[in-house]
Amino acid sequence: MRPIVRAESVSKEYAIGAREAVYDTLRESIVEAMRAPLQKLRRRNGERHRETIWALREVSFEIAPGEVLGIIGANGAGKSTLLKVLSRITEPTAGRAELYGRVASLLEVGTGFHPELTGRENIYLNGAILGMRRAEIERKFDEIVAFAELEKFLDTPVKRYSSGMYMRLAFAVASHLEPEILVIDEVLAVGDASFQKKCLGKMGEVARQGRTVMFVSHNMTAIRSLCSRALWLDKGTIVEEGAAETVATNYLRTTFSTLNQRAWDDPLTAPGNDKVKLHRACVRPADSALQLDAISVRTPFVIEFECWNLVPGACLNLSLVLYNDEGVALFNTGPTNEPVWHGKPFPAGLFRSQCYVPGDLMNEGTHRVQLHVVQDQSVVVFRADDVLVFDIIDSAELRTAWYGKVIGAVRPSLQWRTEMVDAAGERS
Amino acid sequence: MDISTSGKASTLNSTTPTAKIADTHFSPDNLPDEPVVTIQPNKAWSVVELSDLWAFRELLYFLIWRDVKVRYKQTGLGVAWAILQPLLTMLIFTLFFGRLAGVPSDNIPYPIFAYAGLLPWTFFANAISNSGNSLVGSANLITKVYFPRMIIPGAAVAAGLVDFAIAFVIMVLLMIYYGVMITWSVLLFPVLVLLTTLLALGVGMWLSALNVKYRDVRFALPFLIQLWMFLSPVIYPASFLPLKLRWLLSLNPMTGIIEGYRSSLFGRPFNWTALTLSAAVTLGLLIYSSYAFRRMERTFADII
Repeated sequence: MRPIVRAESVSKEYAIGAREAVYDTLRESIVEAMRAPLQKLRRRNGERHRETIWALREVSFEIAPGEVLGIIGANGAGKSTLLKVLSRITEPTAGRAELYGRVASLLEVGTGFHPELTGRENIYLNGAILGMRRAEIERKFDEIVAFAELEKFLDTPVKRYSSGMYMRLAFAVASHLEPEILVIDEVLAVGDASFQKKCLGKMGEVARQGRTVMFVSHNMTAIRSLCSRALWLDKGTIVEEGAAETVATNYLRTTFSTLNQRAWDDPLTAPGNDKVKLHRACVRPADSALQLDAISVRTPFVIEFECWNLVPGACLNLSLVLYNDEGVALFNTGPTNEPVWHGKPFPAGLFRSQCYVPGDLMNEGTHRVQLHVVQDQSVVVFRADDVLVFDIIDSAELRTAWYGKVIGAVRPSLQWRTEMVDAAGERS
Repeated sequence: MDISTSGKASTLNSTTPTAKIADTHFSPDNLPDEPVVTIQPNKAWSVVELSDLWAFRELLYFLIWRDVKVRYKQTGLGVAWAILQPLLTMLIFTLFFGRLAGVPSDNIPYPIFAYAGLLPWTFFANAISNSGNSLVGSANLITKVYFPRMIIPGAAVAAGLVDFAIAFVIMVLLMIYYGVMITWSVLLFPVLVLLTTLLALGVGMWLSALNVKYRDVRFALPFLIQLWMFLSPVIYPASFLPLKLRWLLSLNPMTGIIEGYRSSLFGRPFNWTALTLSAAVTLGLLIYSSYAFRRMERTFADII
């Protein structure tokens, strides 16, 4: 089948700072112009270069009609730049892309909403901005209003809307776009649970209608379930392209293994001090068969440290603090119930301590481990921040229809019981 | 909090909440042979794509409509501002320049003379000021959606026409009050309005693009507008200047235009030389500024 989108060596170069708020002023330009001869001299000596970065470098791919392509990658990988180039917001520096259909881009929900205008007026304005014809908006008006569930507030200025109402209205308009190619950037990161569910349902519907969708998200669960194929970008180039499931798994595995394991072989350069030195640190699934797999919210895992004790007879123990990506300390744990060495003096030598964390306890997200080495259970002799940084990913098997993050610092699996107390709801 | 409920909206409850997208004629098996859109780095010279502008004409309409609608929201006097601005200026000018300084007015009562100048000037000044700041004020649109960027300064200029029309009503009332008889010359009035609009577009578009890169424009604009007014025959007639200097004044395209408005409204002979010169300068400016705009447009999304 012929592709509906074909990108050939698309590249985009940014002058560093140009994306940020660095405005030229006339005065600067004049000063620059006066210094120009000098600059030319300097440039010849190769001293002065305009610093640039390639946000996209030689990116080539094709999308078949009706395909839903997920684009994943770390922050700054070039995902948004790619969407901006394909939706003609910014020009590529080099390369070429051909689109065999009308494109609509949804890089933000509610682009161009005016706070002073009413919901009704904003539906028209936003629709026009997203590329809908007036007749088309009129035809779908009732549907949009019904989808947003804002019938009562249609003639209220949107500045009086709650943020949830605002999002609902914005998404309602956007989801009624009927382009052949739809470009979406992380719009699912907003809104409450039921709204997200609705949005994803709508996106699935759009995909089933044979529309071509490009979808950027950090939500791997959404990527896995909505996209047929995925493109993984890193530093502006394609790392992997293929089935969404495979690419998403590989992405998670590679990206988050960076600080899963650390080792210092030479005691002289290892972190530590004259009392204790770190040799190895790692986080891994408790089941050794799963060594290479990512840790999911269900997986029991082990945090392991190996340290050299340099002072014979020191009474040491480790103390770990686990932080989540919001910097909240989840818990502090130490080997207080460890049966063999706890409270005993350590001879000089290498010691290994393992902390077993059960599955169904942690929430998804990036977690950081802070290590304290405590002497005589009171004096901290050594401390290492972020000695391990690892990700716990969501488990697809637990999901029903809700793709957002489960709120809370932890996500324990708890015992529940439900029973019927009385029939027909009558109290006696 | 004041949340009004409209009666009409409640009837919408009857529609089923299960939104369904209507079928389109598009079929994935039936792709066009030629790409609908080809994206590549633009050549140094890019012409204005009129077909693209035409395709987005409804957006232009909605942006004008938004500007008009929003302009006087939450103001006590509302649309009256469109009248007050030229009217009060006229009264002050009449007092200071007409009465106290005794500026001549070509034998037309000074108030109506000044108002006939202020009418196009107020439109022009507001238009270039609004469109000059329009792109920077629409950064959220420029970085998120594609459309021909010229629409933004264009809509800002066009929205000023509504104020112009309102202020024109006062002009008519003043003419009736002063017993001015209209002549066939008034037929040229729409042409003059078009010329003013095109000039404002040419200046506004260029300033708006420049403003994206050099935020100095925002500060220079009010000063520029004030200076320009004194160099245009708004409060004085062109005949006020010695003949030797008058040609210099006509290099300013607003000179021919403002004098043209007076000739058209008061049935005076037109100064065709000045008017032709204005039209030529306007056209030249418009061509240059659309070229400059297209050239600068490419980096808007990256630097705004």
